Formats: sequence, C-alpha cells, structure tokens
Amino acid sequence: MVLSLVCISVVAAAALAGVYLLTQDAIEAQKAQKQEQAILAVLPEQGVGAEVAEAETVGDVVIYRATKDGQEIGAAVEVSEMGFGGAQKIMVGFDKEGKIIDYAILDQQETPGLGDHIKEWFKNEDKPGQNIRGRKAGNLKVSKEAGGDVDAITAATISSKAFLRAINKAYNAYMGNADAHSGASKQEHAEPAEGGNDHKCGKCKHHEEGHKCGHCKHHENNETEKEVSHE
Amino acid sequence: MSNNLKTLTNGILRENPTFALVLGMCPTLATTTSAVNGMSMGLATLFVLVCSNVVISLLKNLIPDKVRIPAFIVVIATFVTVVQFLLKAYAPAVDEQLGLFIPLIVVNCIVLGRAEAFAAKNSVGLSALDGIGMGLGFTLALTLIGMIRELLGTGAIFGLQIYSDHYASLIFVLAPGAFIALAYLMAIMNKIVKK
Amino acid sequence: MEYFLIFIAAIFVNNIVLSQFLGICPFLGVSKKIDTALGMGAAVTFVLVLATIVTYLLQKLLILWHVEFLQTILFILVIAALVQMIEIVLKKISPSLYQALGVFLPLITTNCCILGVAIIVADPAQLLQKLPGDALQANLLTGTLFAFATAIGFALALVLFAGIREQLAMSRVPKAMEGTPIALLTAGLLAMAFMGFSGVV
Repeated sequence: MVLSLVCISVVAAAALAGVYLLTQDAIEAQKAQKQEQAILAVLPEQGVGAEVAEAETVGDVVIYRATKDGQEIGAAVEVSEMGFGGAQKIMVGFDKEGKIIDYAILDQQETPGLGDHIKEWFKNEDKPGQNIRGRKAGNLKVSKEAGGDVDAITAATISSKAFLRAINKAYNAYMGNADAHSGASKQEHAEPAEGGNDHKCGKCKHHEEGHKCGHCKHHENNETEKEVSHE
Repeated sequence: MSNNLKTLTNGILRENPTFALVLGMCPTLATTTSAVNGMSMGLATLFVLVCSNVVISLLKNLIPDKVRIPAFIVVIATFVTVVQFLLKAYAPAVDEQLGLFIPLIVVNCIVLGRAEAFAAKNSVGLSALDGIGMGLGFTLALTLIGMIRELLGTGAIFGLQIYSDHYASLIFVLAPGAFIALAYLMAIMNKIVKK
Repeated sequence: MEYFLIFIAAIFVNNIVLSQFLGICPFLGVSKKIDTALGMGAAVTFVLVLATIVTYLLQKLLILWHVEFLQTILFILVIAALVQMIEIVLKKISPSLYQALGVFLPLITTNCCILGVAIIVADPAQLLQKLPGDALQANLLTGTLFAFATAIGFALALVLFAGIREQLAMSRVPKAMEGTPIALLTAGLLAMAFMGFSGVV
C-alpha cells in the first residue's frame, strides 16, 4: 500500500525533474530577455547599438549604464517604491545629462483603472503637463504640491506621488546624489552644492532645469564626467 | 457513440462545473478580470483535468483504495507543476497574469472531484472525454464571466474596444465586481434552466 | 508598529477572501451560521499558521537540495498530512477542542488559502510584497505573523458574512437568486465595503 504510493511519488518526482530540466533553459532565457528588453526600451534611441554594462547597485536602486562606441549615452535604472496598492517596480532611462528618456513599469499593484494608469500617463506626448519624458528628474512633484509641475493621475494622487518619488530616487542614484532629498548632502565636494534640481548657488538665483551659469562650477556635470572616466 | 457524446457535453451544460456544480470558485472569481485571463485559466485547468483523468484511469487498478486520495493528489500536483513550467517557459505573460492561481489548480475541487467520481471508475477514453468536457465547460464559463467583466469594466472584449472606457464602470474589474457579475450570471442561468 | 501594520494590511486592506479570492469555497459553504463560521475560522487559523511554519522550513530544504520544482507536490501532501495529524492529536489531547473543530478539519485540505499562503510565504519576493512598508524583512517571523493575520482576516470575513446570511435566510429573495447567487451578491457588497480600506497601509 505504502509501496505503491512511494512508487507513484518517485515516478512523479522523476517526471517533474525531467520537465524542469527541459524547460529550465527556456525559463532563464525568457527572464534574461525580458530584463534586457526592459533596459533597452528606455535607453536613448531604444538602445540601438548600445552596450549595457553590468548591473551596479546603489542602495536598493540598480543602475545599468549604457555606452555606444565607447561613449556613455545614459543608463537604465531599476527602482521600486511603495505605491497605493503595493510596490511599484519601474525601469527608467536617462540620457547622460539626466534627462528622462522613457520609462516602463515592470511590476505594480495599483488599482486597476486608476493608479495603474502610471503605465502610460506620464509619457503622454499630447499632454505636456503630465509628460515627464525629456524632463530632468530629482525634484519632480505633482502639481498639487508646492513647486510641483507634473499633473497627477486623476483620482490617483498617491500612486502618482509614489511614481515621481521613484523616478527622483532613480535620478539621484544615477547622478550620485543619494542624499539630494534630505538636503543634508554628504558629498565630499568643496562646494556646498545640494545636487539635483535643488542645486542653488549663492551668486545666481535661478535653479531651473538644465541650469548652467558661469558663476559656479556645475556640480552635476562634474559628477557625470567623473563617472564617465570611471568606465 | 451517444454515450461518448453525452460524457463530453455533460460537463459543458448539464453539470457545468461553475454554474451547476459551483466548484472552483476561487479561480473563477480571481482570474476573470478579462476574457483572455479567464480563458487562459480555463485552458490551464483543462490540460490538468485531461492529463490527470487519463493517468488516474490508467492507474485505477494499481492504486490501493486506502491511499487513493494522496495518490490522486500526487498525480494532479505533478501535472500542475508541468503546466506551471510550460507557461513560465513559453507564455511568461500568462504566467504573470495568473500567478499564484496556477499552482492552486491543485486544490481546485473540480480536478480532484472528477478524478474521484469519474476517472477512478471509467475507461481511459471516457475519462479523457470527461476531462475535455468538464475542462471546456469550465473554460467557457470563465471566458464568459471574463468577457462580461471586461465589457462592463473597461468597455472592451478580448482587448477590442466596444465603447469608450469613460462610460465603463471600473468596479467590475475589481474584486466586488467579480462577486456581483457571477451572482447575476448564475441567477440568469437558474432562470433559463428552470423554465 | 510595523508588525501591527501586518495585521491591518492582511485583515482589512488585502483581505484574503474579499480581495484575494482565496478560500472562497468554505466562505460560501460554511457561512450559514455564525457558530459554524467561528469554528471554521478557528480551525483555519490553527492549520494555516502551523502549515506555513512547516512549509517555510521545508522550502529551505528544497532550495538546499535544488529541487524547488517539487514545491507544489510536497506542500499539498504536507498540508494534507498535517491536517490528518492535527485531527489525531486533537482527538487524544483535547476532545472538547476536537468536538469544536473536528468536522471542519477534513475540509481544510482543499481550502486553497492554506496552500496559497504557504506558497506566498515560501517565496521571499512574494512575501515582501504583502508586507506593509519598507522596513520589514521576509523571514519566518514576518511570514508566520502574515499567515496568522491572514487567517484572522479569513475568520472575520466568514463571521461577518455568516451574520448577514443569518438575516438573509428570513427575507424573501427572487426565485432565481436563491442560494448561491444572493450569497455571491452579498459577498460583493461586503467586498465593496472592504475596498474602503485600500490605501490605509
């Protein structure tokens, strides 16, 4: 009685081992392909001709730097942040100046029909208020908040805020300013720069996106150059 | 011949696992957020049902009566794991959508129920037909529920937009809509059958 | 505080029955009376916590031996065996408890919330998704707490539903809606009420 049960179990286990071995390669390949596609899709020019470096981990953020013909062209950054219904896992691509190229939602548990609009909402070319492509991250906020200029998803502000937090986190990790949010930057730079869009220098008042003033050495660019020379 | 046909259609109509037997409610409610999802779940269950029915009917004389149920569970779990691997390898999108509910086919009462009530007593051919019939009945029911929920919730069927989603009521894609849609479908079926 | 949030999240926000759709069969089947609902809830809590701990440890062994593909088979067999053992042990040790829970025990093997939770807890990535906030780690403690909280959520949903159905038994229902349809509709309304908790944690 027990013997026949054991026999069945052994046969079942053996059969499963067989199927496992047969499908294992395909499963791994699927996973790798999916990851690669997600990375390439958010890189400049859809990552055509780009070479993606090994993953770099900064805190809980994973950075895949991309080069083309030996030149750094940007990076795909994988980041996750707690949204409304659960973690939002996002792959966001930056060019080497830190402008957002594109993003893709890898995983999310936002409310269907409301929060899950994050998939498309922030890349709508027809609505500049909500499109974040081409913008510089670091201090993106929804327009309901002071200083914010990104239109949140209708009836899903928490999901939208979480999404922008994730993008900012990705940007700061990529640009090497993990502390830009807190403002208490620990960078070992001579200049008291705060990094990201928060960058302010005493001599000039504006701190717009893509800001370049002659008065102060531009902090962000320095950072980028340094990283390029690393490669 | 008529017997074979009866076995096949039994599961689709008279003993439809969802509407008549009210079995396998968890996947019925959870995976029918869209017609495609419902159909994928139905087909995965169909595969497991047919395979386990055939194998159990082949083994029915070898398995001692006392360890019948554990043996059936082992056979079913094996096929469920096979489906899980096949989906992961060749249809990862489906696997992601259905997620946890693929391994949970093991505890779907339909599968064990048919093994015990039909496959353990009938020939291989009939058991296969019964599996196909029951599986198709389940698939059709899930696809139907999925279609209705998708249509009411997003204004589309199989991803094809019928009317603007501005007029759709999202609740049907969410959890409460699953209960409500199934409740009304069952009531309609009751009405039709009793007439 | 985070540990407390596990309970809020699993009981109200992601209620296993009303938003995750696990354990629907007993939810519809044994919810006609509050007494039986309480008994079922207690039995499920008992088995779910024990099964989760055992399968969590077994998963470690599966990984150690590189035979993860046996997960489904092993888990369902272990749960079935565990239920049998609990039944035998209860009969010996505490006949009164056995009287209260005994009838529900055989039903529990096919309750998919047991296997479902076991699979979630065994996979750190899936468990992390269910835990509120960023501070918590996926380990045996949080897994067990999550299982316990889930079971409480199951019991709560079951008892609430049974309370409504007791009242419902006395009201007139259209002929075609009698039985399962009206029960499902009620569950739908209950699920809608629970949706109000979403986003709390």
